[in-house]
Amino acid sequence: MAITLKVNGVEQTLDVEPDMPLLWALRDELGMTGTKFGCGIAACGACTVHVDGQAMRSCVTPLAAVEGSDITTIEGLAKALGAEEGLSALQAAWVAEQVPQCGYCQSGMLMAVSSLLKENPKPTDADIDAAITNICRCGTYPRIRAAIHAVTTA
Amino acid sequence: MAFDLKKPTRRQLLIAGGVAGGGLVLGYAVMGSNKQEKVRAALVNGEGEMMLGTWLKISPDNVITVYVPHSEMGQGVHTSLPMMAAEEMNADWSLVRMEQAPAQQVFKNDALATGFLGNEMGFPKVFPGFIEFAGSTAADFMHLQVTGGSSSVRYTGQLGMRVAGAAALDMLRRAAAKSWNVPLSEVVADKNILTHAASGKSATYGEMASAAAEISPPSDPVLKAKADYTIVGQPIPRFDIPSKVNGTAQYGIDARLPGMLYAAIAPCPVFGGDVASFDGSAALNRRGVKKVIQIPGAVAVVADSYWRAKEALSDVKIAYDLKGNEAVSSDTIYAQYDKALAEDNGSADVEKGDAAAALQGAERFFEADYKVPYLAHACMEPMNCTVHIKDGKAEVWVGAQDALGAAAFVAKTAGLSLDDVTLHPLMLGGGFGRRGSTIDFIEQATQIAMQVDAPVKLVWSRENDVQHDCYRPAITSKFQAALDADGNPVAWHNRYIGKNEPADAAHIPYAVENQSIRYVESETHVPFGAWRSVAHSQHTFFTESFIDELAHAAGKDPFVYRRDLLKDQPRHLAVLELAAEKGNWGGPLEKGRARGIAIQQSFQSIVAEVAEISLGDDGRVKVHKVVAAVDCGEVINPDTAVAQVESGIVYGLTAALYGDITIEQGAVVQSNFPDYQMVTLADMPVIETHLIESGAAIGGLGEPATPPIAAAVSNAVFALTGKRIRKLPLMNHDLTTAGKFAQAAD
Ligand code: FES
Ligand code: FES
Repeated sequence: MAITLKVNGVEQTLDVEPDMPLLWALRDELGMTGTKFGCGIAACGACTVHVDGQAMRSCVTPLAAVEGSDITTIEGLAKALGAEEGLSALQAAWVAEQVPQCGYCQSGMLMAVSSLLKENPKPTDADIDAAITNICRCGTYPRIRAAIHAVTTA
Repeated sequence: MAFDLKKPTRRQLLIAGGVAGGGLVLGYAVMGSNKQEKVRAALVNGEGEMMLGTWLKISPDNVITVYVPHSEMGQGVHTSLPMMAAEEMNADWSLVRMEQAPAQQVFKNDALATGFLGNEMGFPKVFPGFIEFAGSTAADFMHLQVTGGSSSVRYTGQLGMRVAGAAALDMLRRAAAKSWNVPLSEVVADKNILTHAASGKSATYGEMASAAAEISPPSDPVLKAKADYTIVGQPIPRFDIPSKVNGTAQYGIDARLPGMLYAAIAPCPVFGGDVASFDGSAALNRRGVKKVIQIPGAVAVVADSYWRAKEALSDVKIAYDLKGNEAVSSDTIYAQYDKALAEDNGSADVEKGDAAAALQGAERFFEADYKVPYLAHACMEPMNCTVHIKDGKAEVWVGAQDALGAAAFVAKTAGLSLDDVTLHPLMLGGGFGRRGSTIDFIEQATQIAMQVDAPVKLVWSRENDVQHDCYRPAITSKFQAALDADGNPVAWHNRYIGKNEPADAAHIPYAVENQSIRYVESETHVPFGAWRSVAHSQHTFFTESFIDELAHAAGKDPFVYRRDLLKDQPRHLAVLELAAEKGNWGGPLEKGRARGIAIQQSFQSIVAEVAEISLGDDGRVKVHKVVAAVDCGEVINPDTAVAQVESGIVYGLTAALYGDITIEQGAVVQSNFPDYQMVTLADMPVIETHLIESGAAIGGLGEPATPPIAAAVSNAVFALTGKRIRKLPLMNHDLTTAGKFAQAAD
């Protein structure tokens, strides 16, 4: 069955099962490996993407549920946040604060944080704690917090 | 090491060279090796470039490329090691590039380990104290491309990068003096430019590189004085970070090859068990499934997508042979430990004075039994490895802490020679010891690839990862101590299960005259793995909690008690006092809060942490603040240093609060993040890090912040509640402040 998706502004038609999770369609079918697999059960946030602007954990999002939706992945984040080229202000803050360590969780972190900032442009620490439940095993949390504050008070 | 690579016997040298047209290359190389020729060819990709061995290349365009033989797993080593080489070269940092050395024999670090330590090439006299300290440890870490034991900066950086950089600079300056016919002492090298003021002559390093290649490398290059550093000690941004904010960083799991297939596995849930029989016919009917195969201990489904392979596993009927371990549980393991400790006085770790006699005649006697559970690493990137075996050759794509060792592992598994294995090192989504010598997933990927006519990527599910890790072992440690009339310990008696690296993990820095520390081996069927800071992570919880017990028993402040017992340990003392000062020890606290302190030396660094906690309404421990004081001798990159300390604390905090892998019916009970809980932003304390550069031998930073945190937090729990935590994790304790003055403990 053909399923049509719009990923980072580009229409993609896939002949795959409708219950295939968006994560694996992105990674294995479309070769977009920036979105990461961490747990497969919506418990870590590594696979976070935007579906119609909302953060979603793609490992538990079947393709059937996002057919026709606008999907943004880490590869398209800068553009979605209005950067003409290079990095968005949010990603630049991540570099300035030297946030990533192994970096594996950071695609999901950036997708989750950018979604939070859209709804709440100046989140408090408590807002951040409640909204960003992604796991980082390298413990980059202090810098994530610092980068969010840096970009929202800039 | 898990592999049987032969130790090299050939003579090894600091070596340099170049080609007509320009360029200098310098490094340590195995003379006359064919493998070297091969690598040289692979690395030379520009006109006028040449590569003789490891580590440095200066191109005609004035770019310095540093080849780093270690993996980047977030610790910043791909930046800090080039910083060390660049510093010695007086380089212009904007002209420095990093490349990860390919996993080829010629790149293995034993040129240094065996060369220096065996004195074959003459150990540069700049590190007189090193050989004595490092001994075989340096050889162990440097033998292969191992990234672990907080070794990269200490060994490769200090012994390799700095010496190679200094040698290159020396050659450039001598080449300039020679070609300009001026005294060497008047040639100045700065920011990739050589100048001679009197004659007005100047040249870039790149321009002088081929002339420098004609000069024989110095046997004992002079290193810069720390006061002259301009690169080392600066918070230089890491090379790897930009690719980690836009999805372009390539991890092992991101390997993609034409015609690639994917594998998912169902291992026997009980360690050591095997597959008795399986029926894969239903799975084979599913879309995309190519094969259902058996490998030792597991069944694998191979399909054209990972998801299809993983889904199809549920259609495979598997009968396992549990090999008699199905009755083992955490309870039986702890009972086994107790029995072993009761029946056997064990082997000596530390024996000094006469602890038994001192305990006998003691004014006051204390004892306590401590335990920690098994822990999994839970690297963010699940284990994975891509292997393609074709025409008697293997290609491997993997993120490994020991790339060369991984290649050797593939060769051994596939029955190939190491020369026929090409390994492409990719980034690691976390290592923490898991991607070091315990590379079972690489073996499995190879076993699968041997049965598949295409490149195949094995990806473990998170459930595979949690239930088939190589675990930080569960340990029991029993203490007895005697205090004199003043409350000072006169005997320290410790019996624990299983001695692991580092050898000094259970040792105490305190002045206690009589010590008897002994261990008993008690094997279980649960696989062992090195877990960030290895044995320090368990023993520091034990020793730093028990000394805290003694302080309270003596009626003394736990910081003061430690300080008095560390009078003869100036580095420890400075670190402890700084942590106490910055952590406001003894200062006012918000109602319902308390502080705890702990200190440990590991990997040549000393870390003290002060944790400030309270209890939530649910009785859960909330850690508000952790202040760390760290003496790592010398700081290469202060920003990465602080990041590593933060990281180490969070890793240890997760273990202290939540980490609990339990065994039932021979298998791990937990399976994924909901039941193997991790610290997230909401749990995070404020972390404050204070670095001390004592000038002592450079210490590691990837691990030393992990050991003290569990004890610091548990000691704070005691201060707040009166309840002594003798078994982790904290979440399993029913805590209230009501029992503050009770003698409760468990
Ligand atoms: S992989 Fe989707 S939340 Fe963990
Ligand atoms: S940076 Fe490694 S898991 Fe977050």
